[in-house]
Amino acid sequence: MTDGSLAALVALGAFHGLNPGMGWLFAVARGLQERSRALLLRSLPAIAAGHAASIWIVAVLVTLTRSVVATRWVAVAGGIVLVGFGLWRLLSRRHFRWVGMRLSLWQLAGWSFLMSSVHGAGLMLLPVLTDGTRAAPAHTSLHTGHDHGLTAGAGSAIDTALFVTAVHTLAMFATAGLIAVLVYEVLGLSILRRAWLDLDRVWAVALLGAGAVTLATA
Amino acid sequence: MRISDLMALWKPDPTFYPSPRDAAGAPAEKLAYVAAFDRSARRPDAIAVLDTDPGSPDYGTVVGWTDMPGTGDELHHFGWNACSSALCPYAPHPHVERRYLIVPGLRSSNIHILDTKPDPASPKLVRTIEAAELADRAGYSRPHTVHCGPEGLYVTALGGGSTEGPGGIALLDHTSFDVLGRWEVDRGPQHFAYDAWWHIAHDVLVSSEWGTPLMIEDGVVAELLLGRKYGHSLHFWDLRKRRHVQSVDLGDEHQMVLELRPAHDPTKQYGFAGVVVNVEDLSASVWLWHRDGDRFAATKVITIPAEAPADPAALPPVIEPFGAVPPLVTDIDLSVDDRWLYVSCWGTGELKRYDVSDPFHPVEAGSVRIGGIVNRTPHPAAPDLPLAGGPQMVEVSRDGRRVYVTNSLYGAWDDQFYPDGVGAWMAKLDAADDSFAFDERFFPHGDAFRGLRPHQTRLQGGDASSDSYCYP
Repeated sequence: MTDGSLAALVALGAFHGLNPGMGWLFAVARGLQERSRALLLRSLPAIAAGHAASIWIVAVLVTLTRSVVATRWVAVAGGIVLVGFGLWRLLSRRHFRWVGMRLSLWQLAGWSFLMSSVHGAGLMLLPVLTDGTRAAPAHTSLHTGHDHGLTAGAGSAIDTALFVTAVHTLAMFATAGLIAVLVYEVLGLSILRRAWLDLDRVWAVALLGAGAVTLATA
Repeated sequence: MRISDLMALWKPDPTFYPSPRDAAGAPAEKLAYVAAFDRSARRPDAIAVLDTDPGSPDYGTVVGWTDMPGTGDELHHFGWNACSSALCPYAPHPHVERRYLIVPGLRSSNIHILDTKPDPASPKLVRTIEAAELADRAGYSRPHTVHCGPEGLYVTALGGGSTEGPGGIALLDHTSFDVLGRWEVDRGPQHFAYDAWWHIAHDVLVSSEWGTPLMIEDGVVAELLLGRKYGHSLHFWDLRKRRHVQSVDLGDEHQMVLELRPAHDPTKQYGFAGVVVNVEDLSASVWLWHRDGDRFAATKVITIPAEAPADPAALPPVIEPFGAVPPLVTDIDLSVDDRWLYVSCWGTGELKRYDVSDPFHPVEAGSVRIGGIVNRTPHPAAPDLPLAGGPQMVEVSRDGRRVYVTNSLYGAWDDQFYPDGVGAWMAKLDAADDSFAFDERFFPHGDAFRGLRPHQTRLQGGDASSDSYCYP
């Protein structure tokens, strides 16, 4: 993993954490509803866990595929999927529909998992995943030769996926937590009326950009 | 897709507010939309647009009309495509616009979609959902209340698609307006439908009962009323699972449970329901529903007695045998701050205001008289003009300072209770903590409505019965 892709992972985590739709707003709402900061704080790990699960699945899929198929083709296929997904997110006016405010922490984690998945949160990490998996095992492959490939590749793929998920989710959790507490304690929800930019659109552009980068560097 | 769609708002629609507290600080409405219908069904019904800006030279007059495409709709209630519930955290989509009016024809079962954006004073018809689509996809007819909700537009309907009932709730897509289907997964025992709203932060939906089409479309049926056959229950639902959870029977003497006004504060689980008439003494009542352990309970918190007329001969045939004027509470409205409850007495011609800071113990805090079956009280702006009809649909501005009323109830029923003609008028009241009185500059009436009868009012940007909030 290069320094650049590590920074990208953290930045994307912060970006996901920043999006009210990814969970901090739900945590704040739960806290306000029960007048309980403790409930807000308890909600955040559940939201992060759901997000992590969504990221982890994509990361494992990509890195495992990477260990059996040439990186280049994973990147090309992934890049095309990303661009298509990004375009759909940009042009579609449909939005995630979920009904229900009274959720247990498990249900909240499930909600977060679905929310992250339908928004393609994991897909957005594709440039890092294709770049990162190439960068990390590259050293070993260079020195030990190609026959080392499959088994160690699969093992390190899981490791890489875990690492990517952990770093990304930590950044997401920290950002979402900071904003949630700030809004709950200091800013108040009227901030939403002024500062809630249409992150879904930015998000779609980010997906497109990630797809383009993946394709360009494939 | 047009460029303007792509360029849709970057910031949330400014008329969306996270909490009722924020919404109460909203700017005053400049326009009001009023549903108006032609009882004879010879001319198209219309949405009348009224100027509500006191600084405007046209203040208090109708400044725009949008005709419906056909005749015989009987426009009644209507609502917005989007509202503050778009900010709810579980499926936020705040970058849609409060732009389209969803206008059902209660008699035709067609639903018209009007676009208020190009010219707010002259909404444009952009689509009509035919009665057949509503019947085929949802199994309903006679669409009534419209609420913008989390997974689409909820439209209550009084009748079945090709049957008398049961009525229920149809779900419409809130971008395409296609009918998605029937909302209920398990409707339980509810057969009569009327209004529905929710405690959105508690995943609770509440619904009420009037009657099926045959019971209402040709007027109130005396035998059914005296036989206590109209609706008299409240129903509580799991909003998430779309399942009926509980019925609360108010007692079969309490005929016709109509408007539902849940507290706007999302931490609360209580609300008010108006009952038109008690057949034992012709009184009307307002009930409070509230939590009682795991269940809901309902308590009568306001009773308004019938009035004895000086001259029984002045009574229309429908109530002549009773020798008294029933108040007929046909609409109620709760201010956004949950402090004031307005109660329309369409029979006696009185609009009452209650302080419901303690919802279990409303305190009357003002009353005005206008119209009425016997009294025919004039508006202060035209003291020599006796008025028929009474305060009926009542709507309160988000800041709670302005209250609008119109005078028509429902075509066939107008004709029974005001057989010499219900007329057409709209009035506005200014409300403050210590005052509640007519605005003498605001009284469009008679020809102002072109012979149509005015029903529900919706205020530009939202009002006290249009939005629900997910944050306290």
